Amino acid sequence: MNPQSASSEVTGGVNQSSTKVRIEKLSFFYGTHQVLKSVSMDIPALQVTALIGPSGCGKTTLLRCLNRMHDLYPGNRYEGSVHVQPDGMDILGPGMDPIQVRMRFGMVFQKPNPFPKSIYENVAYGLRLQGMNKRRDLDERVEKALREAAIWDEVKSRLHQMAHNLSGGQQQRLCIARAIATDPDVVLFDEPTSALDPIATSKIEELIVELKKRVTVLIVTHNLQQAGRISDMTAFMYLGELVEFGSTNQLFTNPSKPQTEDYISGRFG
Amino acid sequence: MSCAGGFIVLPEHFFQRQKKQAHQRRAIDRWFQRIGLLLTLMTLGILGILLLNLVGNGLMRIDWQFLTSFPSRRAGEAGVLSAWVGTLLLMMVTAGVAIPFGVAAGIYLEEYAPKNKWTDFVEINIANLAGVPSILYGLMALGLFVYQFRFGQSILSGGLALACLVLPIVIVATRESLRTIPANIREAAFALGATRWQAVWHHLLPYSTGGIATGVILAMSRAIGESAPLITIGALTFIAFLPPTPVLSHPPFLSFEWLFSPFTALPIQMFNWVSRPGEDFQPNAAAAGLILMLITLSMNGAAILLRKRAQRNIKW
Repeated sequence: MNPQSASSEVTGGVNQSSTKVRIEKLSFFYGTHQVLKSVSMDIPALQVTALIGPSGCGKTTLLRCLNRMHDLYPGNRYEGSVHVQPDGMDILGPGMDPIQVRMRFGMVFQKPNPFPKSIYENVAYGLRLQGMNKRRDLDERVEKALREAAIWDEVKSRLHQMAHNLSGGQQQRLCIARAIATDPDVVLFDEPTSALDPIATSKIEELIVELKKRVTVLIVTHNLQQAGRISDMTAFMYLGELVEFGSTNQLFTNPSKPQTEDYISGRFG
Repeated sequence: MSCAGGFIVLPEHFFQRQKKQAHQRRAIDRWFQRIGLLLTLMTLGILGILLLNLVGNGLMRIDWQFLTSFPSRRAGEAGVLSAWVGTLLLMMVTAGVAIPFGVAAGIYLEEYAPKNKWTDFVEINIANLAGVPSILYGLMALGLFVYQFRFGQSILSGGLALACLVLPIVIVATRESLRTIPANIREAAFALGATRWQAVWHHLLPYSTGGIATGVILAMSRAIGESAPLITIGALTFIAFLPPTPVLSHPPFLSFEWLFSPFTALPIQMFNWVSRPGEDFQPNAAAAGLILMLITLSMNGAAILLRKRAQRNIKW
């Protein structure tokens, strides 16, 4: 059974929705070492898709293919295609500028990484890069993004203080605000709560569920409970291959591959 | 051995032996501490004697007359005007050349250059350049700037020679300062769609300014005390005039004629006075040395302050 047919058998309360990102036969090479092996999957629009799997399985590598972060380092090579709907832009197509890709794919990193600037400037930066420089427009968009990232009430009185005065969880929500301020199509989360305490983690999780109303979310997580709590679709990866991809409900309760079952039941990984 | 309340009680002599052994091992610690303290005090002592000597011989000589007079055959009328003006102008040329070139090279090597054998080779050579004796820079400047480019025995040639001398220091300081910025800050900028240039200009340079400025000041304080390269290119030791003024009262208001003027500098003036027979000029030499020393120390102080400030404002 190929992964796509798994996703087409979705049952259990998950709405069928249109595909946002269609990944086809995506392989990724670091030098001569193949890290991703012909991965194909359709990421549904306005849902949360989780990537799970043991360390080194390629889930973060896959995530970072989608905003071409690998282009920053030498010796990396992609094969296959990744089309973004509705316009069908091929992220990996010849002549595609990684900067154009990154303006449509926001990213939130493992460790909160605000710039050593003010809270306001952190959120405004992506907008400024895209040429917005009128104070009133910026004010409006910064406030909107901070509200959507559920941090507005905590920072509205100190927008011009340094972002580093915030707690870890607040910093991460600020980074989410920064990523969504430019209205990207997709936000990529790379283990966004692995550096946070449980309370901060649950706030981020609520936020991600809230975010899917207006943006497609792809999240890498080491935490299976987290994938179970917040994702609609889950992909299990192992040794650079996509082993199984389906609705979270089905994958956790009735996995079709023995490897998936072994992993989610804690027998390895 | 006996048992009391479930604990094994070891005999007294066992503890005594252990205590003695620990004491012996710690003896090395104590000795190293003493020797280390002694050596540190000796180093500080030498610096102290040097300073006291300069202050004792030269402090009385420093006054307004000394700072505003040209050199003279009579020790009492001589001063360092042309020397400190020369040093100031040299430093302007050196900084004006070494900062943009050094920072740009540092940024290129750290952020743009591919990592391959060629860039490894360049890196090793930059490290080596920092160790080349300064007089060799003087020889190079004599051949290249003075004769080849026909800049003459001028402030421009001197400043360029010193710029070459400190360029590796600025490059290395820039690179080290950039390297302290975590990779995930760069990635945050790139992930929002920044180009390399935007990442450098909006983030990396502002966040490393403190470190770069510290390196630049240390480089300048190295350059300011150099005499060998300046003597090699033919800086004069007796200059009784000032270079043409850079600011004019009539259009075009700015003049760069001063760049091609002959010059002297504080270390050269000092060297000249020290090497004279007789005691007359020795206070002058000490006074010039004291001025040089104060400039260097305050530059180093500024560098330390800058570093502290930079560390306070930026946390990762």
